[in-house]
Amino acid sequence: MSKYKMHVLVCGGTGCHASESDQLLEDLKTIVTEKGLDSEVQVIATGCFGFCEKGPIVKIMPDNTFYTQVTPADAREIVDEHLIKGRKINRLLYVDPENQEHIADSKHMGFYKKQLRIALRNCGFIDPENIDEYISRDGYEALAKCLTEMTPQQVIDEMKKSGLRGRGGGGFSTGLKWEITSKSVSDVKYVVCNADEGDPGAFMDRSILEGDPHSVIEAMAICGYCIGSSIGLVYIRAEYPLAIDRLKTAIAQAREYGLLGNNVLDTGFSFDLELRYGAGAFVCGEETALIHSMEGLRGEPTVKPPFPSVSGYYGKPTNVNNVETFANVPVIINKGADWFASIGSENSKGTKVFALAGKINNVGLIEVPMGTTLREVIYEIGGGIKDGKKFKAVQTGGPSGGCLTEKHLDSPIDYDNLIAAGSMMGSGGMIVMDEDDCMVSIAKFYLDFTVEESCGKCAPCRIGNKRLYEILDKLTQGKGTREDIDSLRNLSYVIKDTALCGLGQTSPNPVLSTIENFWDEYLEHVDEKKCRSGQCKALLQYIIEPENCVGCTACARNCPVNAISGERKGVHIIDQATCIKCGACLEKCKFNAVFIK
Amino acid sequence: MGQVKSLADLRKIKEDLQGKMSLRENSNNPESLVQIRVAMATCGIASGAKQVMEFFIEEFDKRNIQAVVTQTGCMGYCFAEPTIEVTLPGQAPVVFGYVDTKKADDIIEKYVKNGELVDGIIPVNYETIEKK
Ligand SMILES: Cc1cc2nc3c(=O)[nH]c(=O)nc-3n(C[C@H](O)[C@H](O)[C@H](O)COP(=O)(O)O)c2cc1C
Ligand code: SF4
Ligand code: SF4
Ligand code: SF4
Ligand code: FES
Ligand code: FES
Repeated sequence: MSKYKMHVLVCGGTGCHASESDQLLEDLKTIVTEKGLDSEVQVIATGCFGFCEKGPIVKIMPDNTFYTQVTPADAREIVDEHLIKGRKINRLLYVDPENQEHIADSKHMGFYKKQLRIALRNCGFIDPENIDEYISRDGYEALAKCLTEMTPQQVIDEMKKSGLRGRGGGGFSTGLKWEITSKSVSDVKYVVCNADEGDPGAFMDRSILEGDPHSVIEAMAICGYCIGSSIGLVYIRAEYPLAIDRLKTAIAQAREYGLLGNNVLDTGFSFDLELRYGAGAFVCGEETALIHSMEGLRGEPTVKPPFPSVSGYYGKPTNVNNVETFANVPVIINKGADWFASIGSENSKGTKVFALAGKINNVGLIEVPMGTTLREVIYEIGGGIKDGKKFKAVQTGGPSGGCLTEKHLDSPIDYDNLIAAGSMMGSGGMIVMDEDDCMVSIAKFYLDFTVEESCGKCAPCRIGNKRLYEILDKLTQGKGTREDIDSLRNLSYVIKDTALCGLGQTSPNPVLSTIENFWDEYLEHVDEKKCRSGQCKALLQYIIEPENCVGCTACARNCPVNAISGERKGVHIIDQATCIKCGACLEKCKFNAVFIK
Repeated sequence: MGQVKSLADLRKIKEDLQGKMSLRENSNNPESLVQIRVAMATCGIASGAKQVMEFFIEEFDKRNIQAVVTQTGCMGYCFAEPTIEVTLPGQAPVVFGYVDTKKADDIIEKYVKNGELVDGIIPVNYETIEKK
């Protein structure tokens, strides 16, 4: 039925656009029309292929040919050779860096393996409100397999062997956690899913619950089987109504099918789920605070040990795992621990979901094998920095993490490398910053968040973070000194060492890592009272360029604080100490003599 | 559907469903093969995915095109919401971004009826684990 037999897709993303892809598009269109092919072949621009380094990209369908570094000069050959004669143009094909082979069909390109969706396997594919669609993608088979063919210990061993580590931030071995909880002796035990996700810019867990709720339900039941629990609780933010709805629908469907409730799959195992709502406090994502909040107490952390695995919800052994951690479980059972362990890096197995945000072209949700480099994530998957600006830093781990810079671009992302670089995995927010971002202000932004979210229980976090914030604010106002930077450092270490919970222990990380990586920017703020990005408005300087100044006095007459002096017909100067940066002089000068530095 | 009592029951549901799918795919009535998935996660809905989905359902009905329109979760292209995936019979799925009802109309008239692509194509760049 389709009229067009072939489609020529030309990348119109920012990267390729910069290398003449629009000219290429026009030329291809013209030549196709000229040859009278325009009723059969359609030439069209697309979004970024994520392959900008080798752009401009042209893909021809239906044969899936993938041409790289195509220039307008190649247009005619593509039409004559490929479209008319059906011969692929070898020299434009992508060359596999590993074996130097020309790869014609994009399906075989390693680049498509850059993103591997395990936790997100069904997200954007199945209808989350239809349990049959989940089942048709192997859903609940892992649960059935565990209940009928494996002992709890065998399942735990499989989890341990897979190398899966918690995706909620800490990175603790999931199998080991299950084992500890299974060994805690008690009449009642609980499985808790931590769906509190609240760091700025993060929405991985919410998306999984919205797109594939059954995968979490199935995994929680498997966990219940392993640890000897018949009740699961999902702690979810009340401000995620869609995720809550989908989860409720999924729970109802699973009950109807007998996959939750009494005597699951006729095996005598019983397990059911309840939802608990959080009010949206960041600290309630910390597992002990979360448990207290579920008990109806104040959402404040308590000292560990005892760990929840030993004494959690109402003092009973409680296994807390993150949404994404759970989403990986059914796949591990279905495809085997060895398969899972073959993906990722030495000590970090499998994949990680990241929410890419900030100054990046393709803001969105991605899932990459552990060990992928930041460069691949930012330039190949993320399509590079917005508006062709220069990359400056990327913040991982949200308010608990640090920023990574140019020099970290090629180091593989995994739990250990991020820690070594002064940041952390966190739950997976990834905020990209460009040359227009001021690193002192970024640190201040995160401290503002932690001050707001601190529960106030312990002094180092309650008072210390507030002090950090105040000093940073002073720096951005141009009132900072070198001693202030020293205080920032010292105070940060004290807070890290003495705060009670993870929130306080990690909150100085954005400060420490920006000082470490952007020392010169801090110095500029205190020594030269300068902010190179122009973000710190208080540090802007209005200056008169003597060459251009004709001495018309317009600026001086309009300055509200009389900061400008100079003779009529003589060069004028601004007294920086008096200037309040109102901008009136810049506006009034007709000779382009006033500028901002 | 009643209760699932065993692994065999589960597999049966799976096979039934897969059977249904392949029946759809192999049917010799090509008009029935159009499949559309609309990404309906929070960000999609916020940018109008619901209206787009309703539009497709109503318009396919009005224009007498048999199609299956389903909702799904986040496809990952949050920068281009609302996003949809269109699969024409025997062809690879194509993802379109920035779909409002006007673009949806274009997609039906041009792509679904005529195989003519419209602007806003997002190249898919991930692999998902294959089914067992
Ligand atoms: C301040 C703070 C906030 C946290 N927020 C979350 C959260 O939103 N989601 C989450 O899964 N874990 C969060 N955690 C980590 C949890 O305490 C806990 O380690 C995790 O839920 C365990 O699951 P996992 O082993 O599957 O990662 C937070 C920790 C701290 C200190
Ligand atoms: S470190 Fe901060 S959030 Fe944690 S218990 Fe202390 S005051 Fe509360
Ligand atoms: S910016 Fe305003 S305050 Fe400063 S010199 Fe110009 S007019 Fe005066
Ligand atoms: S308005 Fe411009 S030219 Fe006139 S005195 Fe001021 S700086 Fe000089
Ligand atoms: S802009 Fe063309 S591949 Fe990214
Ligand atoms: S949530 Fe809509 S595509 Fe990501």
